[in-house]
Amino acid sequence: MYESMVTAMRKVAVVAASSRQEEKMLDTEVEMMIPLISKVREETGLNQTEIGFTCSGSSDFLAGQAFSFVMTLDAVGPVPPISESHVEMDGAWALYETWVKFQMGAIDTALVYSYGKPSPGSLQDVLSTQLDPYYIAPLWPDAHSIAALQARHLLEQDEISHEDLANCAVRAGTVQSQEEYFDQPMLADPLRQADCPTYADGGVAMILAAEGKAEELCERPAWITGIDHRIDSHHFGVRDLSAIPSAKKAASKAGVYDAGIDLAELHTSYTVHDILLRKELNLPLDPTRSSKNHPIKAETLMASGLLRIAEAARAIWEQEANRVLAHATSGPLMQQNLMCVLSGEKG
Amino acid sequence: MTEIQIPSSIRNLEQVQSVRTPIRMEYTFTPGVAAQTYLREFGNKKILGNVSPVDGAILVPPRGADPRYGVLCDEFVEMPHTGHVGSFCVTNVPIPGRELELPYISAWIFLDGADIGFLNLVAECPPEECRIGMRVEAVWKPDDEIGMTAENILYWRPTGEPDLPFDEAGVRGWHVRKHGDSDA
Amino acid sequence: MAAGGELAAVIGVGMTKFSATRGDVSMPGLVREAAERALKDAGMVWGDIDAVVMGKAPDFFEGVMMPEIFLGEALGAVGKPMLRVHTAGSVGGSTALVAASLVHSGVHDRVLTVAWEKQSESNAMWALSLKQPFQVSINAGAGGYFSPIIRQYMEATQAPELIGCMVAFKDRQHALLNPYAHLHQPDLTFDQVVESPMLWEPIRYSETCPSSDGAAAMVIVNETEAEKSDNPAWIHAGAMRSEANNFPGRDEVNPQASRECAADLWNQAGISNPREEIDAVEMYVPFSWYEPMWLESLGFCERGDGWKLVESGATHINGGDLPVNCSGGVLSSNPIGASGMIRFAEAALQVRGMAGEHQVEGARKAMGHAYGGGAQYFAMWVVGKDKPTT
Repeated sequence: MYESMVTAMRKVAVVAASSRQEEKMLDTEVEMMIPLISKVREETGLNQTEIGFTCSGSSDFLAGQAFSFVMTLDAVGPVPPISESHVEMDGAWALYETWVKFQMGAIDTALVYSYGKPSPGSLQDVLSTQLDPYYIAPLWPDAHSIAALQARHLLEQDEISHEDLANCAVRAGTVQSQEEYFDQPMLADPLRQADCPTYADGGVAMILAAEGKAEELCERPAWITGIDHRIDSHHFGVRDLSAIPSAKKAASKAGVYDAGIDLAELHTSYTVHDILLRKELNLPLDPTRSSKNHPIKAETLMASGLLRIAEAARAIWEQEANRVLAHATSGPLMQQNLMCVLSGEKG
Repeated sequence: MTEIQIPSSIRNLEQVQSVRTPIRMEYTFTPGVAAQTYLREFGNKKILGNVSPVDGAILVPPRGADPRYGVLCDEFVEMPHTGHVGSFCVTNVPIPGRELELPYISAWIFLDGADIGFLNLVAECPPEECRIGMRVEAVWKPDDEIGMTAENILYWRPTGEPDLPFDEAGVRGWHVRKHGDSDA
Repeated sequence: MAAGGELAAVIGVGMTKFSATRGDVSMPGLVREAAERALKDAGMVWGDIDAVVMGKAPDFFEGVMMPEIFLGEALGAVGKPMLRVHTAGSVGGSTALVAASLVHSGVHDRVLTVAWEKQSESNAMWALSLKQPFQVSINAGAGGYFSPIIRQYMEATQAPELIGCMVAFKDRQHALLNPYAHLHQPDLTFDQVVESPMLWEPIRYSETCPSSDGAAAMVIVNETEAEKSDNPAWIHAGAMRSEANNFPGRDEVNPQASRECAADLWNQAGISNPREEIDAVEMYVPFSWYEPMWLESLGFCERGDGWKLVESGATHINGGDLPVNCSGGVLSSNPIGASGMIRFAEAALQVRGMAGEHQVEGARKAMGHAYGGGAQYFAMWVVGKDKPTT
């Protein structure tokens, strides 16, 4: 339906990544990010002055402070000054902005990072402020309840079953068995704890490099063969809760369907989202390879999407996979979706 | 602009101009590794600075990092309770959530030996007498009110010692010390 | 010379009326007002747009986390890529540059970019002074932060005390020529500016920017699309730089990030003498003294001479050879997140000959400038009436 437009693009690869996630971190954002940024620079032998562009993603509401990203910039060591930008989005979109910069031909290397510390605040309240401020946010619906709304819809339409949810929870590793799943009480009916994310503080740093440079910095660069992102309507009453058109469109544009996928690193922090997205993308519900670090077990808002890309790159570096889909999402009920295809082949 | 079609039954009603939707969110912050050490000693009336592992520059208050290099700083040094005014502002605007008599002086205080300044209050000094380069010392809260908070120092007051020249005050002093160069 | 990659140009500009409270529109209504005007100017409809790039300053200003999520529909973004930029006060400029990069890169042909702030939705002063844990709460808003820096400039240059008042009076006079400006004070006299109360000495009330609601939007397109327009503003150069907030040896008055950003910009644009070659400047001046300070930092004059340029009247639209902020500038309208984009958009209007009463006659090259954080984030562009030559 949509032609993939990435063939003529400059080849860019993920050449290094470093991440950390913990349930509650005592470090400041700066203290958390310095070791991660240092590690990717050391691995590639690049110092900050040799990096063409730096871009990050984070949220003031999550941090509970205005201009929170300004302090975190200290972790980069931006002296002398750097060419730099910031998105108030998941780091996956910072990577997208950076990829665009590569396409201008202006840069050969870049640093991308993002982080989130949900632990200081009440994340369920924080996420409610992301909803339409006139009609929805004043009701303070929490993220679990909204996901349950969608799950209820899909169950009643017979599009998914309770067994699907249980299987997904087992695959994600939030429970060991179906039996354990069904023993859990409801958290937000029809969802149980095993269907819902455990939040974690964390961050991720990454180095990107263009063709010609990437091969020098990494034995097996994880080439971005396609990347695209789209947004859907915000209003639940307008959206078809059985579909994620933005995900499908972004997947087509990113060339997801052009060849087989060995591994899908999906930013799905609810079982119901995992199942729905797999259906939308025609991915198997029982994949032969699963993520080693499913976001249901450790959801780090603002970093989870970029973490998926880091995990996908890792699978390529370690030769576990050759063509990997990394996905990032934002907004209630996966309203906004980014698809990034990474490959061991430059293409 | 888009024409909005309003049903005739509500066409004559008064337009809603605003809705109040109060938001309250609570955050429980952790100070971080370096600030924890700093606050603990600050509660003992000691002021700590971070020592840069790269060139020994002293950063007060400690944030656990040298922002020039993006490196962690885990070495601390105890600082004197005297310094000078790098620059200042005479403020006639109240700070939300804080009772201060207007006008008040907020100043960049550079402690003796420190390589960066921090914003703090200067008092016992008429606004028209405050100067860049003026020497100041800390006035602490009474001992029984001191704790693990950033607000143990009530304010800074002039010591009466001779001022630092403009070219050596504030950040310019760093250039003078490092390069003998006063053109910051 | 050009910004890199494919050529790009602004063919549509839209702004809202700026005012303290735009109680007549919701947040979607506000962004849509600017976007619809930009589309109309470009001769386009929503369906012509490939992607939307939004910018604004802290979300605490409106109390909505990542508001682009709910504003996507109002901007026709459903099914399209949508980005949200936040680089502190420079964000309006950075957002325009990110939108331009989508075209320069060849990824998209027609991009809509919108920057906005509806500060009346919450208390801006509160949002900027949220109690920081483990720190002494002493900073009453941006004025309290920038005043000590201005004081250092005044002392270092020994500039006459009323230079700041001259800038403020000039920008308020310019604002009378701009129907969208927030502050229209036809009866204001220079003496009233001088006599206005000191808020953050040495900054007077009248030397301070207002707090505004408002939005600005632009349509940025590739060369093929721009050729169809009667008066595209070609993007000749774009640059961004950031540095840390507080470090040993930091020049706060004339930050290295500002100087290097400007040097990169002039180099891209092939400009060797900005004073001679730039016809109009839209500079981010939220406090009056920043005009002479940035004139020096950007290379329009030697260090220490910025105030002399102001004093000579060079930056006034009437008779000045380097008119600065003919729109009235940030000192007359300040929806924070949009303020940078207004500078960029006003520069585009000037070279398109569409600035109305505040048009600089014959303007062929104009500069848009924005800064943010503790004067540590910079975004700048140069737009021209003529297509850049390579």
